[in-house]
Amino acid sequence: MNSDIRNLDLNLLKALDALLDRVVRTVPAPTGDVDGPARAMIFDSVYDAYRGVVTYVRMVDGTLRPREQVVMMSTGSKHEALEVGVSSPEPLPSKGLGVGEVGYLITGVKDVRLSKVGDTVTNLAKPATDSLPGYADAKPMVFSGLYPLDGTDYPVLRDALEKLMLNDAALVYEPETSAALGFGFRVGFLGLLHLEITRERLEREYNLDLISTAPNVEYEVTLEDKRVVHVTNPSEYPTGKIAEVREPMVSATILAPNEFVGAIMELCQSRRGVMGGMDYLSEDRVEIRYRLPLAEIVFDFFDILKSKTRGYGSLDWKADGEQVADLVKVDIMLQGEQVDAFSAITHRDKAYAYGVMMTGKLRELIPRQQFEVPIQAAIGSRIIARESIRAIRKDVLAKCYGGDITRKRKLLEKQKEGKKRMKMVGRVEVPQEAFIAALTTDESKDKAKK
Amino acid sequence: MPSVLPLGDPAPPDGLLPAQAAEGAGQRAFGLYVHIPFCAVRCGYCDFNTYTATELGGGASQDAYAATAVSEVEFAGRVLKESGLPERPLSTVFFGGGTPTLLPAEDLARILTAAIGAWGLQPGAEVTTEANPDSVTPESLQLLADAGFTRVSFGMQSAVPHVLKVLDRTHTPSRVPEVVQWARDAGLAVSLDLIYGTPGESLEDWRYSLETALSYDPDHISAYALIVEDGTKLAAQIRRGEVPEIDDDDHAAKYELADELISAAGLAWYEVSNWSRTPGQACRHNLAYWRGDDWWGIGPGAHSHVGGVRWWNVKHPTAYANRLGAGVSPAAGRETLDTETRNVERVMLEARLNSGLDIPSLGGLGDTGRHAVAGLIADGLVDPAAAFKGRLVLTLKGRLLADAVVRRILPD
Repeated sequence: MNSDIRNLDLNLLKALDALLDRVVRTVPAPTGDVDGPARAMIFDSVYDAYRGVVTYVRMVDGTLRPREQVVMMSTGSKHEALEVGVSSPEPLPSKGLGVGEVGYLITGVKDVRLSKVGDTVTNLAKPATDSLPGYADAKPMVFSGLYPLDGTDYPVLRDALEKLMLNDAALVYEPETSAALGFGFRVGFLGLLHLEITRERLEREYNLDLISTAPNVEYEVTLEDKRVVHVTNPSEYPTGKIAEVREPMVSATILAPNEFVGAIMELCQSRRGVMGGMDYLSEDRVEIRYRLPLAEIVFDFFDILKSKTRGYGSLDWKADGEQVADLVKVDIMLQGEQVDAFSAITHRDKAYAYGVMMTGKLRELIPRQQFEVPIQAAIGSRIIARESIRAIRKDVLAKCYGGDITRKRKLLEKQKEGKKRMKMVGRVEVPQEAFIAALTTDESKDKAKK
Repeated sequence: MPSVLPLGDPAPPDGLLPAQAAEGAGQRAFGLYVHIPFCAVRCGYCDFNTYTATELGGGASQDAYAATAVSEVEFAGRVLKESGLPERPLSTVFFGGGTPTLLPAEDLARILTAAIGAWGLQPGAEVTTEANPDSVTPESLQLLADAGFTRVSFGMQSAVPHVLKVLDRTHTPSRVPEVVQWARDAGLAVSLDLIYGTPGESLEDWRYSLETALSYDPDHISAYALIVEDGTKLAAQIRRGEVPEIDDDDHAAKYELADELISAAGLAWYEVSNWSRTPGQACRHNLAYWRGDDWWGIGPGAHSHVGGVRWWNVKHPTAYANRLGAGVSPAAGRETLDTETRNVERVMLEARLNSGLDIPSLGGLGDTGRHAVAGLIADGLVDPAAAFKGRLVLTLKGRLLADAVVRRILPD
């Protein structure tokens, strides 16, 4: 190897030798069973447009050779190892991977779900009995519905999520159908940044236009019959008698100039936060610690924090158990018809505000119909807010003479086209835009306005 | 006529029509529309293709206009003959604008005479001109009657001075009863045009206008909701907040009041915005538009329809005059409608009439049409008794929602 390197600084070369010696001394030698059944741990896999899934593995026991039949232990799927090699750093095919080696495996498989990070690969002819412990699954904290703006993009979104999941073990998703938004996925994220990055990647790398619903967290609902339901979507909220609802908590650390302490405390209190402590890091910088419900910070907390601190505030948070809270589900009804997409799980104290906000918003967004449309917000059967859209009284062009006919017909065709984009809730025509505007976060709504 | 022309196919320079236009022409009435693109002043709400007297020169000038229009009449006579259409005398003629009566009555008479020369006039034909109350005299009206005009439609718009002012109308309300009497004396049938929903007009203002118009005992009334068209002075004033916005609910209330008062005075609706004393006094020229008959539109920006072929002339009077001067068709574009589109137009137009739509024929539109009828009756938009007899006739509520009704009938 040294012979390949020219014009290298002598001092660096000496240092390098010392470094490599140190690596040999410090890093423990592989301890696997050289002759035992093959066991290789998948630590990453990527999708290559020409070669299919490339699975990166570390050999723990035994060997894997090209042309052997291999088995993914968690799924039991069998493949032929078309190519086995190491990274040098370009892929370099080898005659096999032995204990302690790190390399890659190509089986020609296109379905990325078959190469799950943390899974164990073994040899079909001499299979291992126990799989490796794998990695601890990252637990998603924040959930959001992702829907293609154009329904025909659903398969593209599905494939894109699969490919992203390959090297992002924290991403979980399951198909979801919304009466309003059509087919999509409920996707779990580690946090808000993860959500934003994933969304951005989907839009940029796969050229998708997405609607993301307001993010929410996972609640653990215990019913009076002791049944426990995990709710990641308000529509899954159980209807029976509820004993208690637990919500995930976070401990948050906020750094900001001390002049904003008051504003930050006000914000955190309004988000049901409990103060943990406060330290002055310097004369004018302060660290404030709060324990907050995750649900209270996933939506717009960071934006508000930024605006209240003129951009100086920073937020760091980590999961911190859960707590029992007085949470309720607020349903929104259009002409008595419940619309799942608009339901929300919220603290009882904020249910009224949510109801008023959402009914008011919908009154603005839903066009007048040929009949009056009441919009109600309810907790169970109790109505907490009500608005109504007055019936439209006039929808006719007064003048329609010889010269107006072509223009009027074209207008009619356009209106018919528009009607196709309406979603029917009972008899109420709701434009897709209303759903999007009502469901997406305030931030993206502002973007749309600009 | 709205000022923006539709997009269509190019029209051939010789103006000849495709064979489709002649099919079944013998069963359709034939009418003539003559557009007079001049006004004394430009009204703030108006987006029609019209110009004030001093704006134009050459063959487009007010003085030369009659000769230019006559040349299109002659052109039209040739084209229809060469396109294989049968000779049909005119059943209706309508002079609109603009303000037709801004031209000397002799000019209007000259154009009409040329049209009668080209096609002849059916016995009992209806010949209408629009007129502004301040652009007629007893003599001019008599001259029109002598030339063959049978009907005059006065742009009264409102009887309330502050409303007329927002509309930029120049006449004084007290002149209307006078001109109505002159028209009667000349033997002309009289229609009054009203506009409601002008910014600043109260319901009481509108009631006063209606009562005043009805006190003149007209044979016919048209009442139109004010439409704020893009690009008009009124649209700009509303945008700047100088006049209040148009309110559809206010329009609805005023329409209901109009129908109530006009009906009480003994006139009956026959189209969404039109009422006549007897069915015979309905404007037959306008009915021809709604029933898909044939007509030729003379003048810049005028639209024509013959057997499912629609076309429209170039908009500017100078370009229009130049084309005719060069012996070229003044058409700017045309469209040839297929059966489906003609069906859509038929539903769209006939639904506006008190004679209504033939329900059994909706079968051609698929099940949507017939199924929709039941829902429309349930919603109180369609008259159940007429529907039982096979006609879709709008109720008062239905007339106000006519466009929504049409959308419900037509298949998606």
